[in-house]
Amino acid sequence: MGNIGGGLVFLVFALVTVFSAYLVISSRNIIHSALFLILTFIGVAALYAMLDADFLAMVQLLVYAGAISIMVVFGVMLTLRGGPENSNGDTRNAIGGAIAALLTFVVLGMVIFTNSAWLTTGTGISGGSTVSDVSWLLLTKYVVPFEVAAVLLLVAMVGAIILAKGVDDSK
Amino acid sequence: MNYALLAPEITLAIVAVVILAIGLMIPKGPHKGMVPLTILGLLLTMGVTGGQFAANVHGTFLNGMYYADNYASFFKLLFLTAALLVVLSSTEYVQKLPAHRGEFYALILFAALGMMIMAGSGDLITLYIGLETMTISFYVLVAYLTEDGKSSEAGLKYLILGAVSSAVLLYGISFVYGLTGSTVIAEVASSLGSSISPAIILALVMVLVGFAFKISLIPFHMWAPDIYEGAPTPVTAYLAVASKAAGFAALTRVFLIGFQQQVYGGSPEVVLAVLIAVTMIAGNLMAIPQKSFKRMMAYSSIAQAGYLAIGLLAGDQAGVKAVLFYAMIYVFANMGAFTVATLIANAQGSDQIKDFAGLARRSPFAAAVMLISLLSLAGIPPLAGFVGKFYLFSAVINQGWVSLAYIGFVMSMVSVYYYLSVVKTMYMEPGEGLPKIGLGGASKFTLFVTMIVTLFIGIYPTPLAQMAISAAKSLIR
Repeated sequence: MGNIGGGLVFLVFALVTVFSAYLVISSRNIIHSALFLILTFIGVAALYAMLDADFLAMVQLLVYAGAISIMVVFGVMLTLRGGPENSNGDTRNAIGGAIAALLTFVVLGMVIFTNSAWLTTGTGISGGSTVSDVSWLLLTKYVVPFEVAAVLLLVAMVGAIILAKGVDDSK
Repeated sequence: MNYALLAPEITLAIVAVVILAIGLMIPKGPHKGMVPLTILGLLLTMGVTGGQFAANVHGTFLNGMYYADNYASFFKLLFLTAALLVVLSSTEYVQKLPAHRGEFYALILFAALGMMIMAGSGDLITLYIGLETMTISFYVLVAYLTEDGKSSEAGLKYLILGAVSSAVLLYGISFVYGLTGSTVIAEVASSLGSSISPAIILALVMVLVGFAFKISLIPFHMWAPDIYEGAPTPVTAYLAVASKAAGFAALTRVFLIGFQQQVYGGSPEVVLAVLIAVTMIAGNLMAIPQKSFKRMMAYSSIAQAGYLAIGLLAGDQAGVKAVLFYAMIYVFANMGAFTVATLIANAQGSDQIKDFAGLARRSPFAAAVMLISLLSLAGIPPLAGFVGKFYLFSAVINQGWVSLAYIGFVMSMVSVYYYLSVVKTMYMEPGEGLPKIGLGGASKFTLFVTMIVTLFIGIYPTPLAQMAISAAKSLIR
């Protein structure tokens, strides 16, 4: 991303992502928060695409902007009592939180921008598409975490069923 | 690729899935048959792991992505022992659960699998996935009493705070990747060399914070008391001993292999030392006014994390050996105390210290085991805890941190006060009208084992110390 056009596009998408993320937490209406969350996901997907991670960008769009956001909206629909106005209550520690966030931002910014040793140029695994690269890596170098992730998803699913089902109909 | 190196993990994964399937096939009833099956599976896995340990296997998988060395095997044996004791001590407790009794055992096994992955991982991504497997199992286990508001609240709190700490850890890992172009711990070390910059320190601090949450170092301990109190008592015990040890297993490998030159001799070392001092002092002081036994043990376990981290600060073979040794005896001492607490919770449905009144009369054996376990936690000779603290403090004194050893020593003396206040309640107060405590076979066996090990290691620590030395040598050559 050496040219100015790329930088400009990056800036636009980064601003969209950050600003919609801010609206997620500041919006009074929780439905609006959920919708801005989708926008955040899409912004992140665009950033992935700019990093040549096209497969990841697509997965981000499908899974997060598609599936997860529907889940969130459904969750809101099933749990919301009364109207959507003022459903996303005030944060009492807004000032303290803002100060903490600002300090973190300043420290991180100083560290990130003063450091010259970031490795910015990644080398691709092969000349093929990222799908084949990712699948190749998952089943060779990262086979252990890949398999453990399968176990993790099983545990999460079993756990979700246990907690959601409660004690009503299973003795 | 030598998949035989992964034999313990594969065995446990198969056992856990089989237990899960069997639990589904017998949906009704008390699931009494699940206990021997789970124990059999754990013993089988322990056999495989013990075989690797005895054969002194030292293998790496995929250029350092995964290790099978004695250091990992020692921790794996520790996790499996803890899981075994938890399963044994919770037999009666689980039968009283309103639902999902079969899955309880499967989740304990899956959590142990996650911990084993953490101990063996030589790569930060593998480590993180192992950590999440463990933590997600614990989210469910903590919230297992779905009709108990406290348990659900604890589960939710753990989920939110755990996610925050994971985020910090992952952010730190992303910095490491950005600086070195690798997540493999050994490659990170060779890429960093002896260089140090603000970005490296930031990454280190974030990784430390992520793990400090898991091992509950102050000020990242806020979750511990509430969650220890709300969780089912056997889960609290498992959380206190095994999850903490897993955090240490991973953190020690990351610090000593990946960032050895950055951590030791520089400012990160001082940060760690300050965290340890604060943890030992505040953890012990905050334990004193507690009324609930589980809350007291939560603060006690925070303080114990401080003692354990002393060995990490020493950062040499003796330090690692001390961490391994102390973590193992901590399993037995804590499990002894929590097994008694589980019995009380079963009989009286409560976990207040005053409910232990007259235990010496109601169940002399349980009271005796509680006494021995608490004294071992306090570090009174000739019990195992004394030997463990001796190793820890002497390791850190050799590295020049005499003041920390002093703080640890003084705070151990302070801890005697709150441990003995439980003993006083058990032995001095009459406890009129409280029920007799019946010991089931499994609980009796657990109490017996924890007592014998705590006494035996205290008097004759050599076998365990030699195992710990062999494990420490496989980490630091």
